[in-house]
Amino acid sequence: MTSSSLSLPVSRAGTLRRHRLAERYAPIVTIVLALIAIWYIGAVLMNLALVRDGFEREETPYTVSDLIEGTMSAERPLLPAPHQVITAFVDSVFGYAPTAPRSLIYHSTVTLSATLLGFVLGALLGIALALMIVHSRVLEKSLLPWIICSQMVPILALAPIFVVALGAMGLQGLLPKSIISAYLSFFPITIGMVKGFTAPDPMQLDLMRTWSATPRQVLSKLRWPSAVPYLFASLKVAVTISLIGAIVAELPTGAEAGIGARLLAGSYYGQTIQIWSALLAAAILASGLIALVDLTERGVARQMGTRS
Amino acid sequence: MNSAADARAELISSQQRLAVDVRNVSLTFETADGKVDALSNVSLQIADGEFVSFIGPSGCGKTTMLRVIADLQQPTSGTLLVNGVSAEQARLERRYGYVFQAPALFPWRTIEKNLKLPLEIMGFSDSEQRQRAARYLALVNLTGFERKFPWQLSGGMQQRVSIARALSFDPELLLMDEPFGALDEIVRDHLNEQLLQLWDKTGKTVLFVTHSIPEAVFLSTKIVVMSPRPGRIIDIIDCNFPRVRTLEIRETPEFLKIAQRVRVGLRAGHSYDE
Repeated sequence: MTSSSLSLPVSRAGTLRRHRLAERYAPIVTIVLALIAIWYIGAVLMNLALVRDGFEREETPYTVSDLIEGTMSAERPLLPAPHQVITAFVDSVFGYAPTAPRSLIYHSTVTLSATLLGFVLGALLGIALALMIVHSRVLEKSLLPWIICSQMVPILALAPIFVVALGAMGLQGLLPKSIISAYLSFFPITIGMVKGFTAPDPMQLDLMRTWSATPRQVLSKLRWPSAVPYLFASLKVAVTISLIGAIVAELPTGAEAGIGARLLAGSYYGQTIQIWSALLAAAILASGLIALVDLTERGVARQMGTRS
Repeated sequence: MNSAADARAELISSQQRLAVDVRNVSLTFETADGKVDALSNVSLQIADGEFVSFIGPSGCGKTTMLRVIADLQQPTSGTLLVNGVSAEQARLERRYGYVFQAPALFPWRTIEKNLKLPLEIMGFSDSEQRQRAARYLALVNLTGFERKFPWQLSGGMQQRVSIARALSFDPELLLMDEPFGALDEIVRDHLNEQLLQLWDKTGKTVLFVTHSIPEAVFLSTKIVVMSPRPGRIIDIIDCNFPRVRTLEIRETPEFLKIAQRVRVGLRAGHSYDE
């Protein structure tokens, strides 16, 4: 990319601008097109046997083009073609009322609310733990190994235990899912914020000392603002993990709503198209959440005079 | 313990007018390679209103000296009084302002808010904060830069902000640790002149660490020549140029004579090691 921009004739400004636009979007478009092409090829190859068996079972004669067409319009393909996924996605987003159990908007909202609650809980817990670790060597030594251990247990194994235990305590629905989501998302925030709270320059800390600032003032006026870039970096990681946590939490509970429930139902009945469109919804949700964090970060950075 | 307290009481009564009184102070660091004597048996009296420069090669303990006076580091032995009280007491009472090698401004605060930071911490009222920020920005000729962020200012301007910040709460003592070390010579000359004017206007006591002989001779009423391993004072030179002086005095025979004496002292301290 850089080498081609170097070889551009600089004098022709108009061409240059067009080139820049092309340069910015060409790689993205190329990758997307390549992926779609690979996807189509994959769909044909993976569904071929299935479709051929179908024709042979019904003893209808078929041509190659019949076969290929069949691989892209099968009802339960191994790998649905992109257009099938998009059609199903559009249909389940716009085809039903937003509160209908077949609407992806309904399921996304359910998952999103668990994600957001889990994200907020995880962020608060993560920041609180980081504060404790930064302020006490004893807590650092006693807490940090447990925090790391907590992330080594596969969440897929833990989630049912959580759900059952919390269910026995009378907690159902949103909260158990949020707790699992928080359990995953606090970790990057703790790690990031420990780094952030210890980011101030020794000189800045010395300055606070010469002014005999209280520990609370050092936190609010120095450590906290220094940690802001680290906060947003870890929030971006945490928000996607929150979503994964919420979806995973919906799998073992037999939840009747949520993206996780859609995935589970889809795999029970071999509805691959439904699975893929639920995955697409999850991907869009994740991108939206990251974009939201990103936007907030930019606003805060402008407020804090960050050089752009 | 008791005799030390008595000795301190005696010091206080006899040396009330001293801005800084250092007696037999030693400081030993424990490092991985063994003990390092950063300061060895250092004694020094500085009267109110003086401008004292500390000069010496790297590792001679001049920065450590300043940090000990500021209570950023504690001496291993010896007594130390700042404005007649212990260094810790002086720090808690905010009796001094400290300027570091780097401006160490807070990048997320505007220039005005950087100036207000110590005032916020010390609980000045909002109107007082505003007034003082304006007054001290004017003192370092930076009026009009209130809303800029630090990165929008040159290195010299940033260092002026940090000097204004150190003065903003009106401490009796100004401790400066190579404040102009990172600046080019022309900016440094200019800031030296400004600093002298400031010193004359405010009547503060200034303790100033530097590497530069001309800078030390030009600014000071007293030059403390130090030498490394162990860090100690090898010469104290009085330097009585008029309070208001210009860069031209650097060409006078008196100036060159003092500079020569500083140089000799530095060389003597150095050969001690080799």
